[in-house]
Amino acid sequence: MSVVIAGAGQAGFQTAVSLRAAGYLEPITLIGEEPYLPYQRPPLSKGFLLGKQGIESAALRPESFYAAQRIELITGARVQRIEPQFRSVVLSSGARVSYKKLVLAPGARVRTLPLAGISYLRTCTDAVELKQRLNAAAEIAVIGGGFIGLEVAAAAAVLGKRVTVFEMQNRLMARLVSPVVSEFFRRVHGEHGIEIRLSSPAPDPRADLVVAGVGVLPNLELARDAGLPVANGIIVDEYLRTADENIFAIGDCAEYPNPFAGARTRLESVQNAVDQGKTAAANIAGRNEAYRAVPWFWTDQFDVKLQMAGLSGGADREVLRGDPESRRFSVFYFQRGRLIAVDSINRPGEHLMARKLLASGAVLTPEQAADESFDLHTILA
Amino acid sequence: MPLFGKKETASITYISHSGAVNRVDVPVGDSVMEGAIRNNIEGIVAECGGACQCGTCHVYVEPQFLDRLKPVQDDENEMLNTTASPRQPNSRLGCQIEVTLDLDGLVVRTPPRQI
Repeated sequence: MSVVIAGAGQAGFQTAVSLRAAGYLEPITLIGEEPYLPYQRPPLSKGFLLGKQGIESAALRPESFYAAQRIELITGARVQRIEPQFRSVVLSSGARVSYKKLVLAPGARVRTLPLAGISYLRTCTDAVELKQRLNAAAEIAVIGGGFIGLEVAAAAAVLGKRVTVFEMQNRLMARLVSPVVSEFFRRVHGEHGIEIRLSSPAPDPRADLVVAGVGVLPNLELARDAGLPVANGIIVDEYLRTADENIFAIGDCAEYPNPFAGARTRLESVQNAVDQGKTAAANIAGRNEAYRAVPWFWTDQFDVKLQMAGLSGGADREVLRGDPESRRFSVFYFQRGRLIAVDSINRPGEHLMARKLLASGAVLTPEQAADESFDLHTILA
Repeated sequence: MPLFGKKETASITYISHSGAVNRVDVPVGDSVMEGAIRNNIEGIVAECGGACQCGTCHVYVEPQFLDRLKPVQDDENEMLNTTASPRQPNSRLGCQIEVTLDLDGLVVRTPPRQI
């Protein structure tokens, strides 16, 4: 009896790797829908579009790795349905694979718009196609001023394209960052010749190329059809178990009790995928580990590195550390006097420190955060 | 994902904190971090996959190789001040060391902790 992992993205891949690292000896089957070796998505909207790296460098491991680790990798295959009562899954080929533990890591798919001829960016296939279309275009319209939209816009501008970004909200990355960070990025994109149209619905797409980055939808069908409780994501407990004790769910589609939000959340990030993969593996290997990792995110646009630690959604106070004019600053978010999140712009050291502060629960006051002469290291010492 | 032809490689030796020695051939153009990850070498975590975001591919470079490396950039410099194991004069992030033929024979040691 084996572990079957449905979904070979970052979360599913990590589960397999961490199981072997933990000394788990039983068979592991990793099933991915895409026809590629498991790969990382972040470079697709950055280095790959810019031509700095080839698509093959996105692969997480070479093919030989899977055989060496005795991980059976099945690509280009879908898990069609789960039969929880028999502890088996049925693949699109009709093949039936039985499991002792099943890990659902089906990820998410792009939200699409009811407009023809639009490009999206989620998969390797999308990226290769988008790059070809980008090379052939002079004028690009980007719908959506979130991470993906802005990363694509930045890459297109660097490649010499005329770029317009249309964002429905009245500021960029509104769901994720404070207004001061939104405004900073609006200025950076403006400096690179990108036109940003805020409070602006989908455009009259008369550009050579229209790219939409308007969010993703979690792939919940497999779990729902198997009778597992589903809300905004597949509902799991703090150990990442679904209502069926033999089935875990992780990554972009898992809705878990998040101690940093004080609520159930579903997070779409590399960090969440990797850390949940590790936790699921630990629990399958017999440890009882609750998932408590500090959420963190990043985006690279032009020469600006934005790193976010914690979840700023519930903040009632924001404190600036450093001057946005210097292009290096952080925003510290507090809720009832307690630090809950930090966004860092071109301050990667402060970001790492923020993650440590949030993980440790150390007390930092808003006044200390705002005081650049106050050494954050002393809080942890 | 097919490989198009055989790439040139440089031999890199990784010595873990526990003393395990791994000598592997790393394709030119890959990073010291990738060389470790792709060969399943312990002691390098690389949470972010090589984007210079996380500071978990910290290595100590054997001093005789230091002047063959490109200098530390601002981002890397800042992150090295906040790594889990203490920074030393020969500390680098593995993702920021691109393997060249000139680095053939490079020896790096991994620290006791990355997280």
